[in-house]
Amino acid sequence: MMQIEPLGDMGIRIKFGNIISEDIHREIQQFTSQLKDKPINGIIEWVPSYTNVAIYYQPDIISYSDLITELNTLYERTNKVEPFNSTVYEIPVYYGGEAGPDFSFIADSTGVSEEEVIRLHSSQVYLIYMMGFVPGFPYLGGLPNQLAVPRLPHPRPSVLPGSVGIGGNQTGIYPSEVPSGWRIIGRTPVKLFDIEDSPPVLLEAGNYLKFCPIDEAEFHRIKQLADEQKYTVTTYKRMEAR
Amino acid sequence: MKQPLFAVTKPGLQTTVQDLGRFGYQQYGISPSGAMDPYSMKIANILVGNDPVEAVLETAFLGPDLVAKSDMVVSICGGEFSLTVDGNTTPMWKSFLLKKGQTLAFGSCKKGARAYMAIAGGIDVPKILNSKSTFLNGKFGGFSGRSLKKDDIVYGHPLIRKPLKGLHTELIPNWGNHLNLRVIPGPHQSMFTKQGIHCFYNEEFVVTTKSNRMGYQLEGPRIEHVAGPDIISDPTPLGGIQVPASGQPIILMSDRQTTGGYARIGTVISTDIPLLAQAGPTSVIRFSSISVEEAHELYLKKQNLIKQFIIAAK
Repeated sequence: MMQIEPLGDMGIRIKFGNIISEDIHREIQQFTSQLKDKPINGIIEWVPSYTNVAIYYQPDIISYSDLITELNTLYERTNKVEPFNSTVYEIPVYYGGEAGPDFSFIADSTGVSEEEVIRLHSSQVYLIYMMGFVPGFPYLGGLPNQLAVPRLPHPRPSVLPGSVGIGGNQTGIYPSEVPSGWRIIGRTPVKLFDIEDSPPVLLEAGNYLKFCPIDEAEFHRIKQLADEQKYTVTTYKRMEAR
Repeated sequence: MKQPLFAVTKPGLQTTVQDLGRFGYQQYGISPSGAMDPYSMKIANILVGNDPVEAVLETAFLGPDLVAKSDMVVSICGGEFSLTVDGNTTPMWKSFLLKKGQTLAFGSCKKGARAYMAIAGGIDVPKILNSKSTFLNGKFGGFSGRSLKKDDIVYGHPLIRKPLKGLHTELIPNWGNHLNLRVIPGPHQSMFTKQGIHCFYNEEFVVTTKSNRMGYQLEGPRIEHVAGPDIISDPTPLGGIQVPASGQPIILMSDRQTTGGYARIGTVISTDIPLLAQAGPTSVIRFSSISVEEAHELYLKKQNLIKQFIIAAK
């Protein structure tokens, strides 16, 4: 069931649940794909997140009550949506070394060997629940429990673009130089955000991500290609059975 | 054909190119940016005969010195700056002809915080993701993704239009340093104690120097949470009032992160955003709650005022 409430006078928030779950995520994805396919006049844009969708609108084009009616109609139709093809992005990561200053900490504090940390982290297919925080940053779900570690007591003032980190039970990649309290275990040479690219953001909510271990030489080879805009991330389709 | 508009001889504290903002990309984590006080921005544009949402220069607290490289019609609206042309005091909220070789100096801000300069014909910077707005943290948009620096030359398509007479006084806001901001409660109201909510709507909060295009950090009595400020990260609207563990509210503005993990007690209505954008440090804020319906009445009233002015200006 969805719940609607205002988000200021130019926003509306549709809540689909209270927890992080794949089912709620799928429902939100199906709803936003309806929003895309059947545009409602007056809606400026929408932002899907773990449990809700924010919809920003122009009150001079559509009233609050008319918008609610339209959104309810759209919701009624949502359940009939066909299953869709998700994309899996393969993101190469150089684990440890200079690229991953906290890599050995993970092994030390979890008791999992370094090889096993890489194997566990890169064997999982992570669901991209939402995008946000900074341009191109994915909120991922699916970190193996064994790899969960507390955040740094004092956040680093900045991490390098492409840094892959673990914070609590979350893992992710920083597309740009930002402050971070996550433990940095490696780095991808791939650009997740580049304003020169079209589209500028590589990843999209509703798709999946898999990390692929690479060595230092491969990191530099791909980095050079990526810097020259000549690297394309490997992707494949994952059929959802619904 | 594009022509040089002016050379920057003093950049001011933070002078950027802004239009209404970048929309449709928040779902990828890209902040909307755009003019902090869109009202003054629109009026400035209308005064020079531009589309109300054409890109303008936004400056804060201490404005730039600009030497005109072409003849052009300009207008400057927003906070009260000590504006001069070649040393002679020049009024704001009206359009005038700025001649090649003249120096326009914004000086410092006496009242309010930000000023908007519109140039007839607009500013020539590339549109990035459909907007000319500068996103400072992302280092893209506007003039090379940054604030103006000394010796920058800004280009445009200057048009000579007949300058308009002054503005009806009804359209000129009176910026104060005591603000009452109207708020639509939610969405995380239940994460605050009764006392916390009472405090929010009844006490005074002061704007701190930790306020910028991303957000306004306020200081006041602690707004109490029931059990901490953490939420499952969700989308953050313009005017969203998040309260971290310190209990001190932060109001999210144009360059905000698109999602956040702190409980939000309410959202400042769009009509009152310009008031906040024109509030400097030490300004005192009180909050009151309002319904969506009332907020929409205010929104439409303001839109109509602007529409009438567009017609009158033609």
